[in-house]
Amino acid sequence: MEEIIPDKRIDIRGLKCPYTFVRSKLSIESMNTGEVLEILLNYPEAAASIPRSMQDHGQRVLSVDKVNDTDWIILIRKERD
Amino acid sequence: MGFTEDQFTDDQMIRYSRHIILPEVGGKGQAKISAAKVFLIGAGGLGCPISYYLTAAGVGRIAIVDDDMVDLSNLQRQILHSTKTVGIPKVESAKGVLEALNPDVEIVAIKERLTPENIIGYIKDYDIVIDGSDNFPTRYLVNDACVLAGKPLSSGAVLRFEGQVTTIIPGEGHCYRCLFEEMPPEGLVPSCQEGGVLGVLPGIIGTLQAMEVLKLILGKGDVLKNTLLIYDALKTNFRKVKVPRNPECPICGTNPAIKELGCYEANYCRA
Ligand SMILES: [Zn+2]
Repeated sequence: MEEIIPDKRIDIRGLKCPYTFVRSKLSIESMNTGEVLEILLNYPEAAASIPRSMQDHGQRVLSVDKVNDTDWIILIRKERD
Repeated sequence: MGFTEDQFTDDQMIRYSRHIILPEVGGKGQAKISAAKVFLIGAGGLGCPISYYLTAAGVGRIAIVDDDMVDLSNLQRQILHSTKTVGIPKVESAKGVLEALNPDVEIVAIKERLTPENIIGYIKDYDIVIDGSDNFPTRYLVNDACVLAGKPLSSGAVLRFEGQVTTIIPGEGHCYRCLFEEMPPEGLVPSCQEGGVLGVLPGIIGTLQAMEVLKLILGKGDVLKNTLLIYDALKTNFRKVKVPRNPECPICGTNPAIKELGCYEANYCRA
């Protein structure tokens, strides 16, 4: 399987909803179409809500992985401005 | 203060989060709001809600011009002022509340009366002009200055139980003189003092003006261009009236008779 190398990584551990999404959205906005954002987070609800909201805003969710007891990593590809 | 993504502090990200979440706004829209400069005429019934919400929204710079002092009779509707600020200039009373609400916003308090001599010098540095004045001479002066300077103008008016809002985009849509060519003669016009106004009414009309201004800044949605919105509070009725641009208009028509700002006070007592 081809490994995806993110163009940008953010660590939003400690942030809660809706700021998890707000910070992720600000990052996506600053990137170019086609680029990939890696989001590291530990707010459980956001592991489900960020992918859903990103899809609603027209972005592509590449993966959602629980990487240890507390943290998730989400990969989002920017599809539109 | 323009910002993109990481230039939002955590506090700003939180303060403006309900804007940033909206697909039509986002961080880019908030950056536009934060870079915008608006010039507001009047810190009264309309000016209070207008500046209150625009300050909350994070508009970069808001100038407020008003030469009046806070009077006890203002407090029934002018929500920035308080029992404690009676007797001090309205622009100072307003500035105190607005700065406490949002330190991101620069409030420029101008305790003066707008005149044909000073208005163009003031508005030239601003993106949008907002008329919250309560008298016809000022309304016509502001309209004419905005047409001559090419500045978008949000215009509002209230009397008794009825309010009007319109948005003037010089060169694109109608202006106030397309609607009412000349000032009504003195005596036909009740001043605010004679007319009375139910206190919530300027709140409704002022917040509609603030919304028009935010849409102009964001470049989203439709504004009241070529349109007059009339609100009847007693009947709870909103009515939109089409106002075509008048080619014969004395200031924005094809052969305008008014080429510079003249006299606006003749035969009028100070409202
Ligand atoms: Zn006109």
